[in-house]
Amino acid sequence: MSMAVLLLLAIGLGLAGWLAARARAWSFRRSGTERLAALPSYHGWYVALWIVVPVLIFIMIWSAIEPGLVLQSVLANPAAANLPAFDFQRNALLAEARNVATGAAAAVYNPAAQPLIEPFRNALAEYLWIGAIGTLLIGFAGGTWAFLKVKPDFAARTKVERIVMAMLLLASLVAILTTLGIVASLVFETVRFFGMVSPIDFLFGLHWGPDPMANAANPDPTRYGALPLFWGTIFIGAIIAMIVAIPLGLMSAIYLTQYAHPTWRKWLKPLLEILAGVPTVVYGYFAALTVAPWIRDVAQAVGITNASSESALAAGLVMGVMIIPFVSSMADDSIAAVPQAMRDGSLAMGATKSETIRKVLVPAALPGIVGGVMLAISRAIGETMIVVMAAGATANLTVNPLETMTTVTYQIVAMLTGEGSFDHPATLSAFALGFVLFLVTLALNIIALRVVKRFREAYE
Amino acid sequence: MTVVHPNLDETKAKISARDVSVFYGEKKAIDGVSIDIPTEYVTAFIGPSGCGKSTFLRTLNRMNDTIASARVEGEIMLDGEDIYRSKMDVVQLRARVGMVFQKPNPFPKSIYENVAYGPRIHGFAESKQDLDAIVEKSLQRAGLWNEVKDRLSDSGTALSGGQQQRLCIARAIAVDPEVILMDEPCSALDPIATAKIEELIAELHGRYAIVIVTHSMQQAARVSQRTAFFHLGKMVEYGRTTDIFTNPLEERTKDYITGRYG
Repeated sequence: MSMAVLLLLAIGLGLAGWLAARARAWSFRRSGTERLAALPSYHGWYVALWIVVPVLIFIMIWSAIEPGLVLQSVLANPAAANLPAFDFQRNALLAEARNVATGAAAAVYNPAAQPLIEPFRNALAEYLWIGAIGTLLIGFAGGTWAFLKVKPDFAARTKVERIVMAMLLLASLVAILTTLGIVASLVFETVRFFGMVSPIDFLFGLHWGPDPMANAANPDPTRYGALPLFWGTIFIGAIIAMIVAIPLGLMSAIYLTQYAHPTWRKWLKPLLEILAGVPTVVYGYFAALTVAPWIRDVAQAVGITNASSESALAAGLVMGVMIIPFVSSMADDSIAAVPQAMRDGSLAMGATKSETIRKVLVPAALPGIVGGVMLAISRAIGETMIVVMAAGATANLTVNPLETMTTVTYQIVAMLTGEGSFDHPATLSAFALGFVLFLVTLALNIIALRVVKRFREAYE
Repeated sequence: MTVVHPNLDETKAKISARDVSVFYGEKKAIDGVSIDIPTEYVTAFIGPSGCGKSTFLRTLNRMNDTIASARVEGEIMLDGEDIYRSKMDVVQLRARVGMVFQKPNPFPKSIYENVAYGPRIHGFAESKQDLDAIVEKSLQRAGLWNEVKDRLSDSGTALSGGQQQRLCIARAIAVDPEVILMDEPCSALDPIATAKIEELIAELHGRYAIVIVTHSMQQAARVSQRTAFFHLGKMVEYGRTTDIFTNPLEERTKDYITGRYG
């Protein structure tokens, strides 16, 4: 509420500054014979930015300290003297009173909060005024300072462009800093986990079965062996899924680039790419409800009686289908990028079309194809929904694809949504798993991008 | 329509085209060209850009088949056989009629593999020794052997432009063709590399029937014994190179070779 008022104030001030500065610049142009160093609207933008940017910075700082100031003044009120000392109850009462005062709630649930409403209301109003005055003062100061600089020879354009550039830089930094923040939090929790369970036990242990109810202070390291999870992830995502995705993706790319009639290609390629847009949870249904039972039935029909209804094979097959578009569109791009001259050269030697594809186009496009496959693998091993729905929850170190198997992503979900408390090693193990997964997919992505880049350079 | 100098003394035509027209979709790119290309001489096609000389060259080994909209009418005979008849095996045809392109286009494979490519797909070599011999002979004929014999496993694309083009010629020679078509083989090369290719053409002449498309009239004069002048999709004049350059019968030919247009 108060924030919205301040923001509106900032926008209003900025608009006023923009109009005033532009009008002033126009007046120079009309009266003077001198050429203006910048268009009048640039002068407007210069002043507006000088108003809005400092004001926004002020509002950001203000919104951080204002709740504290309000609370302080409420606590100073005699009505707050008989608040309970226990933090939890005390905060609940204060929050209730505050919600009623701001209008977020209609009435208090606990009558003890009732006397606090009025002090809250007063404090909020008081600090809104202070905030508004601060906004106005800063806006006026910035605006006046900038407005005084509006002269015919003032290079407003370069200044504005520099500010815009700084804002763009800031925007890109936000994404990078967020990534760094995510990594930092992962690292932090991972280190905590490794303080309880040794990395050796975690990375090389053969048994996975964290017990979220066990004593947190003294975890059993033999229950935190993540090797079966890594194996399950690789087996489902990098082996079974790739056995499906690489041949199908490559062949469809070859068909689309080399054999398909242009009209066909125009229809088929987007259709194939739709596969990439299907939400993974939908693939999950398909794997769990259609493919997995079918595999079990087939297995039983051929005499394998112990086939489970959740199997690594079902998850891997569906995941393979899901990533066909990744493989095929990268392969398609790299085959299409092989220069026509290469194809002509081969055909002119008397090679047939299929010889040309096998011996010239695919080898020449291989780096791009490999890059695509690696991106697909990193996508597959990070995939969660399909394995959650179709692969099962039992950590299992086996090469039998008909058995149930679990993956890193599944266990992250299971551990974080489990009933363990947040500082329990079972919960923290999710961060260690996530960190390992992050490192692996990062490495795969870097290698893939390198490979693809080198390939791009080869023909330029 | 076409002026053919009367003093030609060819014994036998390697390729003879009769009333050949080429269409790209609706557009007629070549209009009724008839020509006899001899075995024993180098034949040059000259003419301004867009006159259809490259298009016509590509009909001689059916490379236009790779362009979906291209359509050829008329008759092209190789040793008396129509190469556009339905039973013609394009693979065999292209083994007999090799081609070198405007821009050097070695495969991104080793030098050895580039030359061995053709013999492999046509099954010429029974053993590794056979293949080695073919590769060496082809590189020698292309005048590249001494420069690359110690680094046959290096990538073909790592060679200089002129060397790449000679590698492409070696690659074409390796399948032992009867005719070599060259589509402006020097247009991407510097003068020194160009001179080497021209020397090479002079050496290959006689062993293979050679047809070269060129932008440069000096080059046509240097390397060829027969010249055909193309203009706007038609073949205007055909004769001995010396006659075309010193005594053209057609006004348009004279204008072109004296540099009035083109």
